[in-house]
Amino acid sequence: MNTMIDVLRDPTWSPYVVGVGIGFLSWLTFLLSDHALGISTAFSKTAGMIEKAIRGPKVAKKLYYQENKLGIDWGWMLVIGVFIGALVSARISGTFQLEWVPSMWEEAFGSNILVRLAVAVIGGICIGFGARWGCGCTSGHGISGTMQLLLGSWLSAACFFIGGVGVAMLMYRIL
Amino acid sequence: MLTNLHNNKRLQLLLGLLFGFCFGFLLQKGRVCDYETIMGQLLLQDFTVLKVMLTAIVTGMVGVYAMRGKGWVKLHKQAGSLGTNIPGSLIFGIGFGMLGYCPGTSVGAFAHGALDALVGGIIGIMIGAGLYAAVYPKLKERILKIGDFGDKTLIDVLPVRNPWSVIFSVAAVIVLILIVLEKMGL
Repeated sequence: MNTMIDVLRDPTWSPYVVGVGIGFLSWLTFLLSDHALGISTAFSKTAGMIEKAIRGPKVAKKLYYQENKLGIDWGWMLVIGVFIGALVSARISGTFQLEWVPSMWEEAFGSNILVRLAVAVIGGICIGFGARWGCGCTSGHGISGTMQLLLGSWLSAACFFIGGVGVAMLMYRIL
Repeated sequence: MLTNLHNNKRLQLLLGLLFGFCFGFLLQKGRVCDYETIMGQLLLQDFTVLKVMLTAIVTGMVGVYAMRGKGWVKLHKQAGSLGTNIPGSLIFGIGFGMLGYCPGTSVGAFAHGALDALVGGIIGIMIGAGLYAAVYPKLKERILKIGDFGDKTLIDVLPVRNPWSVIFSVAAVIVLILIVLEKMGL
């Protein structure tokens, strides 16, 4: 029993254990929910629902939200679950810590919060825009689509890393 | 199979929450919600992210295709095109490098207290997704259809009779990559 608790408290599991776990989880989502794991659609629905609350029902008439209906669904609950699961994991392993600027960023670019947030927000906007344009993110394409051997998902996963590696190298090696 | 379960909307919302809990728990334990781990991967120094993803792909692929062979599950295929996957995913990648988190790991990072993941990740991604909905009609007409290749899989385009020869080959290549990464001490 003690070892079980020690395992749950351990802040770092082997990437292979985590990968196999996510693979098993995919079996269950396909079998029990007829869904593949994917995160970014929920962000799009939330953005649409917030805009609809502010600007009224005409927002739901936008072509994108007609093709991708607004509302709380399986994928939306999945993201709430990710938050709770990650929070419980961090709490029991004692890794929870409020932080504005990651230490690796601070060493390279200084501790100015606004600089970090400006880059993070521009990055986030690109991610949200690109995930909808490309129809998926690192979960939907990078894990769920690739495991089904979809050509489009392998292409997208390659592009995620080409873009990401390029920007990371530019920021940390050249600037 | 299990159509009654799939049609039970309330139970499905609960299952979504439960599966999300497991996903978030695993991502956090794998340290892939840490800025340092993700940037370490993008700087090609720390291959934790790739190890998690490739292991998940092999495990998931074998199980999903086995269950599909038995008629227990159907695939969730998405049509693709050069005009969809390449520009969209490159823009995503650029954002990924700037933010240091992806959508799922933004949520996971905020859960361990990373406030840049809340402001840049969760809020920024929603702004970006909202902007996309605004420009979608124009992109749909002009760019998204370019180079349409449908929902083809690697099995569809290779001249093989048995899909398992493709599945086992992909698994073998991935396992080989993982072994090489370990041998190189990455």
